[in-house]
Amino acid sequence: MLELKDIVWDADDGERIIDGVSFKVPDHKLVVITGPNGGGKTTIAKLIAGIVEPTSGEMYFNGDEITRDSITDRARKGISYSFQQPVRFKGITVREMMNLAAGRELSDHALCNLLGRVGLCMADYIDREISAKLSGGEIKRIEIASVLARRSSMMVFDEPEAGIDLWSFTQLVQVFETLKKEEHASLLIISHQERIIDIADEIIVVKDGKVAGQGTKEEILPTLMLQGYNDSCSVKKMRNVI
Amino acid sequence: MNLTTEELLKIVSDWKGSYKGSAYNIREDGQCAGRESSENIKIESKKDKPGLDIYVKPDTKDEVVYIPACVTHSDVDDLVYNDFFIGKGADVKIVAGCGVHTTDGHDARHNGIHRFFLEEDSKVLYEEKHIGTGTGGGKKVISPVTDADVGKNAVLTMETTQIGGVDYTDRQCRAKLADGGKLYIKEHILTEDDQVAKTSFEVDMDGYDCGVDLISRSVAKGHSNQNYHSILRGNNKCTGHSECDAILVDEGRVGAEPELIAQSADAALIHEAAIGKIAGEQILKLETLGLTEKEAEDTIISGFLK
Repeated sequence: MLELKDIVWDADDGERIIDGVSFKVPDHKLVVITGPNGGGKTTIAKLIAGIVEPTSGEMYFNGDEITRDSITDRARKGISYSFQQPVRFKGITVREMMNLAAGRELSDHALCNLLGRVGLCMADYIDREISAKLSGGEIKRIEIASVLARRSSMMVFDEPEAGIDLWSFTQLVQVFETLKKEEHASLLIISHQERIIDIADEIIVVKDGKVAGQGTKEEILPTLMLQGYNDSCSVKKMRNVI
Repeated sequence: MNLTTEELLKIVSDWKGSYKGSAYNIREDGQCAGRESSENIKIESKKDKPGLDIYVKPDTKDEVVYIPACVTHSDVDDLVYNDFFIGKGADVKIVAGCGVHTTDGHDARHNGIHRFFLEEDSKVLYEEKHIGTGTGGGKKVISPVTDADVGKNAVLTMETTQIGGVDYTDRQCRAKLADGGKLYIKEHILTEDDQVAKTSFEVDMDGYDCGVDLISRSVAKGHSNQNYHSILRGNNKCTGHSECDAILVDEGRVGAEPELIAQSADAALIHEAAIGKIAGEQILKLETLGLTEKEAEDTIISGFLK
């Protein structure tokens, strides 16, 4: 279980970005964080991955305090993180990235399965560099695949839907369901997509750096619609599209 | 051949105890340490200066010729002239690595001047790895010069790598392309400590529909210093692309001077250059995969130079 206790993060200029956030991600559950742009969702994800260090508060993973652990230590303990804006690497191929993520040499069969889960054909991508020659959507799917390759017990995805086409998105939602139900992973997904919110065990609404709501889909969705912030519009839009 | 040569050959030219079945010439400390021609590839000594004439028969396919050179001790200042004559329609690979080794504090040097004459429709993949080894402070110097005459619809692909340990290099490459001729160059250079690397390319795209794609990737560590200079001259309808990417580590310095000269309205020439330290986000990404900062840096650099 992942637990955040009263986490605060102040930016370099002293502005409080995250203001006393507390929540738990229980084992084998899928928790979605949603809320308006600029509300602090990505910062929370980065705090969990160790990319950003909290100003105060505590964080626990499977009972161990990890508040001051490095990114590497957290990764080795079983927390993986999918960047909202994936990083490009000149000279590192898709195969090499998957092997790095898995911590071992993956067979072509395993690579085919892995990339297939994000809608990519292994033969078309495996020897390509993760560079600007790939489109934003392709890079995003490779980023997600790198997290899947780790088979971590706790996976954090920051807006996995961004840049992904509708067909692949549908497939991705199924992947999240499989990860939770069959592979017993715990998932924390930052998303505005109703179809991801639909499969969540719990929804956390983050606004102005604080937890503004927490509960099941049935409890939270009506509130989201009434709050009138920009992102509730995108929830409505997605309801019409998908 | 001595043991140092054998060790260097393993690094620079795929040596596994022999070059069985292939034409080859091994140069050790300025002397020939082994040679064999094949039915289609003939290797002969030059009569007027040190070096070789290598003749590849027309339509020779899938053959490899090895022309490595090693300097295994100090006070050798080796200069060699090798000419490659590639017959019409041939498709071959040339492996021409170079290793320089010195341990007693004195300098050692190898300079190879290679000329390529590619006839119509021929293809050559040219691989060249350079390394300097040994302790003692003596300078390891390798300065290759390449002149290529790429014939009608011929293709020359050059993959050159400076693996490390070379204290000074001045690499010069000049090429002329005929109608439909193509030149692909991938250069990788690593410098450390106080090493210096200069590379220059000068390509004349004379032929109709010819093209060059030049990619240089380098890493400058320590206080090393690199300079990249390219001139792509479009004299006809042609395409030219030059890309110089460099990563700076520690106090390394890289200068890039790309030059594009279009002398035809149908010449399409592009240059890209990016020089900087490793992007912080790249390190972070690899750390989230469980690598330490050092492991992440090493992975990024080795991938970049691969």
